[in-house]
Amino acid sequence: MTQYQTLAEVVKKEQIAADIFRLTLRAPEIAGCARPGQFVMVRAMAGIDPLLRRPFSIHQVSSEGNIQILFKRLGKGTTLLARLEAGEQLDLVGPLGNGFDLNGPGKVCLVGGGMGIAPLYFLAREFLRQSIPPRLTVMLGARTREELVTVANDFKDLGVNDLSLATDDGTLGHHGLVLDLMGRQMAREDQWSVYTCGPHPMMKAVAEMARQNEWLCSVSLETMMACGISACLGCAIPRAGLNGNYLHVCKDGPVFDAGEVAWL
Amino acid sequence: MAVDKPGLSVKIGDISFKNPVLTASGTFGYGREFEPFVNLHRLGGIVVKGISLEPRRGNPPPRIVETAGGMLNAIGLENVGVQRFIDEKMDYLRGIGTRVIVNILGDSLDDYSLLAEKVSGVAGISAIEVNISCPNVKKGGVAFGTDAGMARAVTEAVCSKSAIPVIVKLSPNVTDITAIAKAVEDGGAHAVSLINTLLGMAIDIRSKRPRLANVVGGLSGPAIKPVALRMVWQVANAVKIPVIGIGGITTAEDAIEFLLAGATAIEVGTANFVDPSATEKIVNGIEQYLIANKMENINQLIGGLRI
Repeated sequence: MTQYQTLAEVVKKEQIAADIFRLTLRAPEIAGCARPGQFVMVRAMAGIDPLLRRPFSIHQVSSEGNIQILFKRLGKGTTLLARLEAGEQLDLVGPLGNGFDLNGPGKVCLVGGGMGIAPLYFLAREFLRQSIPPRLTVMLGARTREELVTVANDFKDLGVNDLSLATDDGTLGHHGLVLDLMGRQMAREDQWSVYTCGPHPMMKAVAEMARQNEWLCSVSLETMMACGISACLGCAIPRAGLNGNYLHVCKDGPVFDAGEVAWL
Repeated sequence: MAVDKPGLSVKIGDISFKNPVLTASGTFGYGREFEPFVNLHRLGGIVVKGISLEPRRGNPPPRIVETAGGMLNAIGLENVGVQRFIDEKMDYLRGIGTRVIVNILGDSLDDYSLLAEKVSGVAGISAIEVNISCPNVKKGGVAFGTDAGMARAVTEAVCSKSAIPVIVKLSPNVTDITAIAKAVEDGGAHAVSLINTLLGMAIDIRSKRPRLANVVGGLSGPAIKPVALRMVWQVANAVKIPVIGIGGITTAEDAIEFLLAGATAIEVGTANFVDPSATEKIVNGIEQYLIANKMENINQLIGGLRI
């Protein structure tokens, strides 16, 4: 498992919605070995406030040695990241974590919500590149059209033909949840492998639907995390079952079989 | 005369370290986690994650929260237990070619004695660091490290079973840290390391809930450095045994401050999370400082504070 610490130059910054940004970063070593579902720990600047790195899933990797991260401006860390301009540098550690297993049985459905869409783009590209599943279905949800439209178009451009969208306010696609789309479009009798990333309540519901239908379900989780390399043990989540043990998102994940996780 | 290779080695007990830069327990895993980022051979020593007799699961999440210039943690001493540590982690650590210090923790004096006995004979372990910030279950859960008598008793229990140097890691959550330091010196400790984390808390004002599931946690990082430095200086003046300085050390300049205050060595903690190559940068920075100041030996720096 190869990991790097590198100073990456910002190649491009895109503001794709009021508070959503996409950074393209020059990081050839990381781009050269990253797998879909892995993440990087990002430090936007020197100084001690904010102190800690922030984890971001890898949104895209290019053959020219660039990676992309997609994020919403929420707190101190993401505000600093959003201020970066092309030509500036930031410190990256990665690629970290296990990544998705692309060899799920049956039909493949990617279910993303909000910023959880980020790693699914890299995953969709790999599925299409390796022509693994017979058919690739993608369902994406967000609050508004503005938050969803740019990334949804990227999936179309990638060649995802079976793409369904949902927004909370009904401004793009189905007025409601991605979960409604799953219920309508995924026949219970079919065998599916579901790959999901998004807000915790969404993933919990997706995991429950998959459990009821006996579909395989991979979830990509996010937690507070100080190091990303399994030194701090801060990213513990409860493991399914009654033994009270914990999983660590950075090392055991961030991708888990939905059945391994205690969905509290 | 130009100095191109200043002497960096320091001594604790009868053990010499190639330089004074160690890793703080609980911030460097079992060493291997940092192999991609640090030349581990370059470090003075690795203090591994605290080990108990039996494996511990640790606390429920959330276990960490970022605060101004630092972080709070309540990991709950999650570890693989002493037997798995020896069986699974020591082979790798022995191969690095740097000193390995094992941090031990327990609920009773018996736990500490048994741990010292188990650890002290293992090839490749150079010293024991005793975490006395744990609650003494038999004495109503009062931390060993907050009572001079209990701190001395733990030190004696470990020293009586250990053939290798014993370092006692002191809690800053006391009225007079020099009293505890003197008690563990009297108990036979070969060195003290300080400070462990400062007890703190943070509240989410929207949910009105504590940000840590454990409610309170240990504050670490640059925010605690001035407090740590003051305590190291006080303890260095109060005891004759070597002092290892810990607390918010992020750069070589920080480390040099602790050495000037009287620390024989230092441990780098939270900085490892922020910059996984911090330790190696600090070794290099101390070396450059000695060269720039025409010092031939690190001992010319230690305790060099002018008042």
